[in-house]
Amino acid sequence: MGRLDGRVAFITGVARGQGRSHAVRLAREGADIIGIDICADIPANGYAMASPQELAETVKLVEAEDRRMIAAVADVRDFSAVRAAVDAGVAELGRLDIVCANAGIAPMSFRELTIEEELQQWDAVVGVNLAGPFHTVKAALPHLIGGGRGGSIILTSSTAGLRGFGGTGGSGLGYAASKHGVVGLMRSLANALAEHSIRVNTIHPTAVRTMMAVNPGMVEFLENNPQGGVHLQNPMPVDMLEPSDISDAVAFLACDEARYITGVTLPVDAGFCNKL
Amino acid sequence: MTAGRVAGKRVLVTGAARGMGRSHAVRLAEEGADLILIDLCQSLPGLEYPLATPADLDETARLVRSHGRRAVTARADVRDGEALRAAVSAGVTELGGLDASVANAGVITAGTWDNTTAEQWRLVLDVNLIGAWNTCAAALPHLTERGGSLVNISSAAGIKGSPLTTPYTASKHGVVGMSLALANELAATSVRVNTVHPTGVATGMAPRSLHAMLEDRPDLGPIYSNALPVPIVEARDISNAVLFLVSDESRYVTGLEFKVDAGVTIR
Repeated sequence: MGRLDGRVAFITGVARGQGRSHAVRLAREGADIIGIDICADIPANGYAMASPQELAETVKLVEAEDRRMIAAVADVRDFSAVRAAVDAGVAELGRLDIVCANAGIAPMSFRELTIEEELQQWDAVVGVNLAGPFHTVKAALPHLIGGGRGGSIILTSSTAGLRGFGGTGGSGLGYAASKHGVVGLMRSLANALAEHSIRVNTIHPTAVRTMMAVNPGMVEFLENNPQGGVHLQNPMPVDMLEPSDISDAVAFLACDEARYITGVTLPVDAGFCNKL
Repeated sequence: MTAGRVAGKRVLVTGAARGMGRSHAVRLAEEGADLILIDLCQSLPGLEYPLATPADLDETARLVRSHGRRAVTARADVRDGEALRAAVSAGVTELGGLDASVANAGVITAGTWDNTTAEQWRLVLDVNLIGAWNTCAAALPHLTERGGSLVNISSAAGIKGSPLTTPYTASKHGVVGMSLALANELAATSVRVNTVHPTGVATGMAPRSLHAMLEDRPDLGPIYSNALPVPIVEARDISNAVLFLVSDESRYVTGLEFKVDAGVTIR
């Protein structure tokens, strides 16, 4: 008997990393999954996005938990595509209870960029990380409200959504601004949706062992700047968290144990934000 | 049958005789924890409601044991650091170690600015703030080798300016500062420190005069209104958050102000 028996969760960025981990964790607690991923590279981003094979693998892992998963390829920047995927998933699975706006990018670059390149990075990161969650929530809301059973919306922000260390580049600033913006979405939605017993919270991970943090560009940067990383170290003795550490928090916020928790910015950050 | 989420952990809870403290103890026991249960077990002059009794503390212990877990009880005043340390050490010896503490004991007074007394300030700060510190200080000698979790119960009044309970509001803000500072100091030893911020919960901590004062100041009432359509929440809702913070599910969560407040602080 799981804490989410009979529930349905919609998760973006579900093909790998934290999104896949959330899908498997929520499925293990009894939820069926609707999941989307872009499954295509974004030109302004410095590392590869997930592949269709990875999305298929997530489906397999969910099914191995004896739950159903309806997966689709969709870009969170494309509202129509997101809505079509959610609508199709709900048509199949019958309801919607949980939303995890997880898809995100961090288009790092550790060389001098032209302003044109910076502008492209800004558009990409703000599009995916801020317009993405907006689209995700807007597409899901008719199903959550229409269901009349309340719900839980979990927006993945970042330590960079609570503290300012984005530098001056289009990508770092776009990441910081988009992740702060997610908190604004959350606070307004938490108030606006409280009357429907729909709870809205953000999670703020420190670095997690996924492609976003462990890609060739980032590894090269840290190797070439051993001192540059000190400021970004966690106070607890751990360099990088596992996706399952974030999924544990997601599972708690998703289930009825958190039925009166809304409007919370929840850092899962080994003490990172508290030291800054 | 899966193992409990805090199976085998040994947890200290203050104010354990009734209300939220009892609820935390029972919820943790349900998930496999053994408990050190501490309560003053007598009423205090200066409070307009009675505190718990020795029979209440015994009942909490009985409930813990009914889940097949061990319970060690002690009567101690959280204002008395030495007494608390001794009680905790004795409990730790009996249980064979300690993994977490829940500084839950608290009191409240009500008053407008012109009838709040120095005695009220001293009592409330002594129990709620220095008492929470004493609880952390009593637990820490047993935690710093292997790490652990300190959970300090603050309040929605530790985040917003809840009126007509000014010493309480100040004490609960103080718990946040204390906890954040400790979280930084202790992170390197893998001791996590977090606060929990409940909205109104029906417990014995009930100053009758607050209700009358709010009737005189209807403009202040909305400050106490939840966003979610629920007037007060249940002790178990708070205990579920405590359970999460005690468990390894939150092994990298520290310095968090965890609101279980039905949105009262965001309206």
